Amino acid sequence: MATGPMRGQSRALFIWMFYIAPLMLLLLASYFIPLLGVFSWSVREPEFGFSQYWRVMTDPGILSIMLHTLRICALTAIFSVLLAYLLAYHWVYGPPPRRKIIAFAVLVPFWISVLIRAFGWLALLRPQGIINPALTGAGLVSDPLPLVRNELGVVIGMVHFMTPFAAFPLISVMRQIDVRILRAASGLGARAFRRFFEIFLPLTLPGIIGAVFIVFVLALGFFITPAILGGGRVVMVAEHIYTQMSQTANWALGSALATTPLMTWIVSRFVVFERLAK
Amino acid sequence: MKRSILGKNHPAAAGYIGVVVMLPPLLAVVPISFTPKRYLSMPEGKYSLRHYAELLTNQVWQSGIPTSVVIGLIVAAITTVIAVLFAVGIWCAKSRYTRLLVGAALMPMAVPPIISAVTLYFFTTKASIYDSYPGVIVTHTVLAVPYAVVTLMVAISQLDRNLERAARNLGASLTQTTCLAILPNTKFGVLASFTLAFVLSWEEISVTLFVTSLDVITLPRLMWSGLRESIDPIIASITVVVIVLSALCALIGLRKEK
Repeated sequence: MATGPMRGQSRALFIWMFYIAPLMLLLLASYFIPLLGVFSWSVREPEFGFSQYWRVMTDPGILSIMLHTLRICALTAIFSVLLAYLLAYHWVYGPPPRRKIIAFAVLVPFWISVLIRAFGWLALLRPQGIINPALTGAGLVSDPLPLVRNELGVVIGMVHFMTPFAAFPLISVMRQIDVRILRAASGLGARAFRRFFEIFLPLTLPGIIGAVFIVFVLALGFFITPAILGGGRVVMVAEHIYTQMSQTANWALGSALATTPLMTWIVSRFVVFERLAK
Repeated sequence: MKRSILGKNHPAAAGYIGVVVMLPPLLAVVPISFTPKRYLSMPEGKYSLRHYAELLTNQVWQSGIPTSVVIGLIVAAITTVIAVLFAVGIWCAKSRYTRLLVGAALMPMAVPPIISAVTLYFFTTKASIYDSYPGVIVTHTVLAVPYAVVTLMVAISQLDRNLERAARNLGASLTQTTCLAILPNTKFGVLASFTLAFVLSWEEISVTLFVTSLDVITLPRLMWSGLRESIDPIIASITVVVIVLSALCALIGLRKEK
């Protein structure tokens, strides 16, 4: 029946061919196959073998960039999760007006481009920016503090960028906590300090672990903020990949370097997300 | 009265520390954009619109805005169409591969951007669309698709299954079911995914840097080179324009949340 509704098999075929296939074909052609291509680049150029990976693991220049990256990522993860924990707590348990303000403070930066946020920090933290003249004007410091174009500036900018990402898992974990447990503890005489460290913190631990991993992995592949706030002095892996690809055209090394965050990402998927999904 | 659950000794101030860290960099840009001076500075009593005027007259910046808007609109249109089809298809197909398919569709959103950047750089050079409009459009579409799919799947999951069955029983073809029964009931989801895709493309920089070089210069690319070389207050004014446009899109896209 050509005019009637399609039944069974032909309907299912229609769905697969015209509804699901376009998106899948697009991603297959422009994303999944090229992703494999990147791997093949990293082992085939300039000659077949793992020489690029060997270089990644032994070249002192690259190793120092890697260590630097890991350090910045770790600092970023610690501080943004701390900040996000405060924000998430007040988002979930604060009185309604405070909740609105906190939601605004988390969601608005989340929407704003990474470039603009880096620029905002640059404007605030520069020696002639907003914070330094205010400090020297008030007589608190005699010389402008070096707040930017160094590691401190990069960490500040990255913490700001990552905090919303860290807040979301924490909020979802805090929402699931049964408040009656804390009331019971209070009734049994536990003080606020003990209630926090023995009950609230352990209950939110899965959210904390999830948030740390999300931030760490995202931070690994980050280069806009470090490039602008680091002022060329703080080079992270992602910026090094960009230089290798765009300026020296060293595609093989760039792809080999890119597989490092990819592997970390895959591992973190298995470690964290499977646990969080429960 | 609802007492705080940890005790009364945690002051509201602790929560506002977060707010104090999150908002200033965004607010700092606004006064700077009104400075009368040629360099990045606070206006100090005298306000001027010269950097906004320059935005309208400067050739370089003028070419960036239409480039980004055109790319953004095309990306938003393509993304919305294929994401609608996919989300409706997944909803109707009720396949046992749903999780796998959705996971694959969301992958570009979940991996660190540098990996997407290298991957899409590989794709655009092999497909000979490096540094061209089609290249940037495909790139942005790939990056925006996961967000649109999530938005639409949430919207569609709130629909009543009987809607589809009723439409089918009344003899509607799949196309009719989609256009006349499903889409009118997920208007906001469609609108939200369109604006989301537009904003993502309008602000995209990390991957765009990898797939363009000289021919396609989007607005964020101009800002990037501006920030790396000499910091002109014109960047502050363009920033305010970008924030306002993104905020408008957010308002349109999220109106339904209330």
